[in-house]
Amino acid sequence: MFDDLADLYQEVILEHSQRPRHGRKLECFDATARGDNPMCGDRVQLFVRHGPDGTIEEAGFEARGCAISVASADMMAEVLRGRTDEEARQIAEKFRELARTGALPEAEDAVEAALETLQPLAGVHAYPSRVKCATLAWHALIAALAGGKEASSE
Amino acid sequence: MNVLSLAKEPAGKSLAERRADFPILSEKVHGRTLIYLDSAASAQKPRAVITAMVETMERQYANVHRGLHWMSERTTEAYEEARRAAARLINARESEEIVFVRNSTEAINLVAHSYGRGVLRPGQAVLISEMEHHSNIVPWQLLRDAHGVELRVAPVTDAGELDMLALARLLEDGKVALVAITHMSNVLGTVTPAERIVRMAHAAGAKVLFDGSQAIVHRPVDVQALDADFYAFTGHKLYGPTGIGVLWARRELLERMPPFLGGGEMISEVTFERSTWAAVPHKFEAGTPAIIEAIGLGAAIRYVEEIGYPAITAHEAALTEHALARLAAVEGVRVIGQAQDRGGVVSFTLDRAHAHDVATLLDRSGIAVRAGHHCAEPLMRRFGVDSTARASFALYTTMDEIDALAEALAKVREFFR
Repeated sequence: MFDDLADLYQEVILEHSQRPRHGRKLECFDATARGDNPMCGDRVQLFVRHGPDGTIEEAGFEARGCAISVASADMMAEVLRGRTDEEARQIAEKFRELARTGALPEAEDAVEAALETLQPLAGVHAYPSRVKCATLAWHALIAALAGGKEASSE
Repeated sequence: MNVLSLAKEPAGKSLAERRADFPILSEKVHGRTLIYLDSAASAQKPRAVITAMVETMERQYANVHRGLHWMSERTTEAYEEARRAAARLINARESEEIVFVRNSTEAINLVAHSYGRGVLRPGQAVLISEMEHHSNIVPWQLLRDAHGVELRVAPVTDAGELDMLALARLLEDGKVALVAITHMSNVLGTVTPAERIVRMAHAAGAKVLFDGSQAIVHRPVDVQALDADFYAFTGHKLYGPTGIGVLWARRELLERMPPFLGGGEMISEVTFERSTWAAVPHKFEAGTPAIIEAIGLGAAIRYVEEIGYPAITAHEAALTEHALARLAAVEGVRVIGQAQDRGGVVSFTLDRAHAHDVATLLDRSGIAVRAGHHCAEPLMRRFGVDSTARASFALYTTMDEIDALAEALAKVREFFR
């Protein structure tokens, strides 16, 4: 009955949304921000901790929202590990393009590997009202790295 | 079940005939015939409304109230005929008590701004309920912050009914000057005990405004029998077009209220020193109004009158009862709101999936429902959920469509196992 939804709800997305590996507040963090989608009430609070070398050591989140927004936050936390802030920003920018267009954007090698991990989320581009679900956590990431507190996916 | 031959169907247009009046109902979505269960967000439009609007533009259109020519006179007559239809629908004493606005939101903002700042005094209170749409919360917050009135909130019970004991207590000190409350919740379906609310409010010296956006679609409304002071509703939920709604108020209240917006249409005389206002309702209708939409609303009202509230109410009560029974039988479904007196709106959650995911999967089954906080975030918090899916029914909804919803929900749950 839902065969044509397989692109949106791929197995890996259902897995990340039902059993997120990073769905918790970090005990120790140095950057945080909240992402809000006021239209639907989805919310994510992102926590980031940097290591001694300045790269991202760990990311975690508390979310209330749909499968797409939770999976996107979890997969984001996954790919952020070991990244510099600049790389993280580049991934965020390219990911938003991926979610909007469905096509893998050109990127440097390091960024490209992350985008390939995130590619299962590309199916969202066919559901315009759901793109914001996929990008919510990424808005929070940009805000957190900029030292902000809140972001909106509107 | 063959719903097209329901034994309870009253005389008049059959369900099949009513469905045939709505061209969009034969449209396909994702290859399936549309099952539209989102009428509480906005209802579909019957041919009669579409034709009235097209004919206005094709054959009889000019600006209203100012032309000295035939076209303008005819358009003015059609526009004022729509006002008379609205007055008839809610049994207003006179059509001059009908103010055309864009929607209920604008109607409530008009009252909050004009009656709120012009008549209410700082220190007095406005009382709303926990189950209001944001459109009946935010205008009063703006008034509170700008004008120093207090904002009080009457709670709802676990069943989703208005807590009448709490309401009585909130009225006790006599400070409440206006009770602004929904006549039917857009989330819970709860119909509030309007006559009792009016009696209690009037006894405490308060006026009453009803947000009738949902109620008027499902129930006959008689503002004189209710003894209400203000009543707001919107056209697009009542099978009419968007961009047109109604504020009804007692004439003496409209006379006391200062204008809301200034401009053309609403004046009697303008000089650079001062202006005087047109008589009600024109005092509140600044600028060229939504002429075509008002005429469309008039046609929608005539359509509802033709079907008749007895048929509409009986049909929707049967649908709601059926929906509650079918949804209760789907594992993992929790219905929010168990009010005794309710209209054709059912909100629910599914244990395995967020409401947005439910809505996306239902959409692929051709079923349109709303998902989210329904512009009622405080009510969502009251029931400990951040969003729900909502199915809402109209005079064209069938039992088969509700069965399709229940069957699809079971499959959605299976999908997220």
